[in-house]
Amino acid sequence: MQHVVLVLVLLGLTYAGYQMGRRRAVTVSADRGEGLHSLPGYYGLYLVIWCALPAFALLGIWLAFETSIVTYLAIDALPADRRILTPAQLSLLINDIRNIAAGDIASGKADATIRAAAERYQSLETASFAAMAVISIAVAAVGIALGRRRIAPALRARNSVERTIMGFLFAASVIAVITTIGIVLSLVFEAARFFEQVPITEFLFGLQWSPQIALREDQVASAGAFGAVPIFAGTALISAIALAVAVPVGLLSAIYMAEYASSRVRSFAKPALEILAGIPTVVYGFFAALTIAPLLRDTGADFGLSIASESALAAGLVMGIMIIPFVSSLSDDVITAVPQALREGSYGLGATQSETILRVVLPAALPGIVGSILLAASRAIGETMIVVMAAGLTAKLTANPFEAVTTVTVQIVTLLVGDQEFDSPKTLAAFALGLALFVVTLCLNVIAFRVVQKYREIYD
Amino acid sequence: MTDSTASRPTPSLGGGSRSAALIAKGLARRRAAEKRFRAYGLVAILLALGFLILLLGTIFGNGYSAFSQTHMRLNIEFAQDILDPDGTGDPKILAQGDYQALAKAALRKAFPDVKTRREKRSLYQLVSGDAAYELQRMVLADPSLVGQTRAVWLTASDEIDMLQKGNVATDQPESQRRIKDNELAWVTALDKQGAIERKFNTRFFTGGDSRDPEIAGVWGAVVGSFFTLTVTLVLAFPLGVMAALYLEEFAPKNRWTNLVEVNINNLAAVPSIVFGLLGLAVFLNFLHLPRSAPIVGGIVLALMTLPTVIIAARASLQAVPPSIREAALGIGASKLQTVTDHVLPLAMPGVLTGTIIGMARALGESAPLLMIGMVAFIVDIPKSPFDPATVLPVQVYLWADSPERAFLERTSAAIIVLLAFLIVMNLSAIILRKKFERRW
Repeated sequence: MQHVVLVLVLLGLTYAGYQMGRRRAVTVSADRGEGLHSLPGYYGLYLVIWCALPAFALLGIWLAFETSIVTYLAIDALPADRRILTPAQLSLLINDIRNIAAGDIASGKADATIRAAAERYQSLETASFAAMAVISIAVAAVGIALGRRRIAPALRARNSVERTIMGFLFAASVIAVITTIGIVLSLVFEAARFFEQVPITEFLFGLQWSPQIALREDQVASAGAFGAVPIFAGTALISAIALAVAVPVGLLSAIYMAEYASSRVRSFAKPALEILAGIPTVVYGFFAALTIAPLLRDTGADFGLSIASESALAAGLVMGIMIIPFVSSLSDDVITAVPQALREGSYGLGATQSETILRVVLPAALPGIVGSILLAASRAIGETMIVVMAAGLTAKLTANPFEAVTTVTVQIVTLLVGDQEFDSPKTLAAFALGLALFVVTLCLNVIAFRVVQKYREIYD
Repeated sequence: MTDSTASRPTPSLGGGSRSAALIAKGLARRRAAEKRFRAYGLVAILLALGFLILLLGTIFGNGYSAFSQTHMRLNIEFAQDILDPDGTGDPKILAQGDYQALAKAALRKAFPDVKTRREKRSLYQLVSGDAAYELQRMVLADPSLVGQTRAVWLTASDEIDMLQKGNVATDQPESQRRIKDNELAWVTALDKQGAIERKFNTRFFTGGDSRDPEIAGVWGAVVGSFFTLTVTLVLAFPLGVMAALYLEEFAPKNRWTNLVEVNINNLAAVPSIVFGLLGLAVFLNFLHLPRSAPIVGGIVLALMTLPTVIIAARASLQAVPPSIREAALGIGASKLQTVTDHVLPLAMPGVLTGTIIGMARALGESAPLLMIGMVAFIVDIPKSPFDPATVLPVQVYLWADSPERAFLERTSAAIIVLLAFLIVMNLSAIILRKKFERRW
């Protein structure tokens, strides 16, 4: 709450700075009898930059480091015997101290040292906030004063304001790059720690996956349980089933919509198919686990087949439904983009419409269609909620769609949800799997974009 | 085309009748193939739509009943000696009364012939475990109730609720049912007195999560989603628009810009769970931001939505004709003034549409939020983006895992609420586009 007040005060100062800059510019130009270089508003903005930029930057840096410094100081003041703790115990202790300091739990149960630490924590926090408030307001005020002295009719206020804004625009465009770098670094860094403990060859080629056992060191399997091949195979199986559903249905729908459907049917069917892509995946997961899986199991039982209730088939089928629009939408676009002259040439030779589509239009649109299928495949591999809810947990190396298999994303979720220990191979394995997932989907996407782009060059 | 027509060179006049005959022979087959092919396409579309209808139908069929909840009328005696033996009327003492005992006594009175301990215990299970709190709230709101006897509608337990909604197969042998014969008899008896009724389930819309399905609600998740999406919007919208402006209007065409563009396109196709891993490694383990908090969820979703917003914003900036820019530059505006005063306002409807669609995707997203701990069981309604919270799709995931039959209904109902929000967002995007779309 108090932070909000501080931000409001700073914003107030900033607004005051804007007005001040405007007025100052007008009076200065009147006094000296010179025309202003920029519109008065730009001198206001000039002061805003002087006032707000350093103050808010300071605020951000302060907030980023405040907690860890305050915690360090509070822990430092503890008696020596309380400080010799394992990291886990220490973090528990810190949590206790913070909770008591925040008044979240009754302090009656805690012992005196912890209560003292909590009090110290609280006073440090108060002091830190007070210091932050005073310093940031001072910085803002000094900024206004300094900036105000520089205001003169010849000052190129607009140019410097625009330069600053341009800097912000550039910074915003870099965020996407930073995100990618962040993803790559965090995945590679954690995966590297994993590969220190488990050799990479074993991860890539091992046939046994049982990360839960690996936590107990007395177990025989603890050393050899990180072979990811069954997981990759399970992912491939489920994705293949999904594509086997989505590609024919999606492609035929796209062909029908692009070539046969009247514009009325099209204007209804296209958005209706897009709805499939807009439904949250958790809904598909629920649908797969609740409706499709039991349905398949019972139907299978009627025919004497034993279908697991978490079969790859159920998850794959529902995932296939989900990615239909990814295939149909892009395929529709590329089919529509095939020049009409090609079709007319084919009709002129006496081909029927379906012959034209199969032998002329589809070959011409093939790169785009392949691109859409690759994108759909990347979607299927990275899809999480459907498989988490409808696929199995145990890694089994099988190509039988009636059995339960597990996927990369399921394993990431099961390894990371719940208790975490950040140096156990079990947790780090999730990042190795994440890295594999990222690399594979990235490759698929890059190839897909390339293929689609190449196609565009030919027909534009 | 069949081989007979395709492979032959155009026949001379003499062979004309022969090839015409050949064509005519194949024609019926080719027409049939044409019809078949057309039918395949239609079947594919109908199949996809059929799936959609089946999906929505199942969800609505399962979920609509959760909007009502079975209540039970009992004659509660707000006994003075249980609630406030000294007659102080002090709210503190009233709050500590044994309200469970009141409900139990009322049930015993309604069925005086229940004697054994075991039977009594199952009799007490008819009302929800929350009934005591309902009575407590009543008394705290109106202390004059103490000492009186009132007919009170209490929430029935989830099993009775399921029974009333016809989700319990009563024709099965007793040993296979969770509701035994004696419970059935009690419920029937109450029903005959008109003491069982289904009322609109306000709890579902105003309550937080609970282990008891009959009092579990989505409000906590809705508020969590609201905070998360607010953080996402506050970050993704300005940053996305700024990045799009830079890339579309100012960036020099060089390798760096090209790299940024390729990067944004790829980022849009990265699996969402990878963003969750990023959030876990960077925001939780490195920056030590709070676990399970909407602030972190919002940041992660913002990074995920950013490419969508940038791509949409760039597309609508591109659609603004160059003549607008040239006119502004021609009367002396600077490049930035041109963009902020003319191009951006004209592109805004498109930008907003893209943002809303990105937000709708973020609202339905759950995988990255699992990674950063927004799957905790949280009863309290979050009060700020820093409180532990969960979001609607994760609530669906959590409830879908619960074994109680009643949670199946709640899960479907939560999905209906989620879909309702999505429909509203997408409709507003469509309306925005229809209303402000300009053709140049």
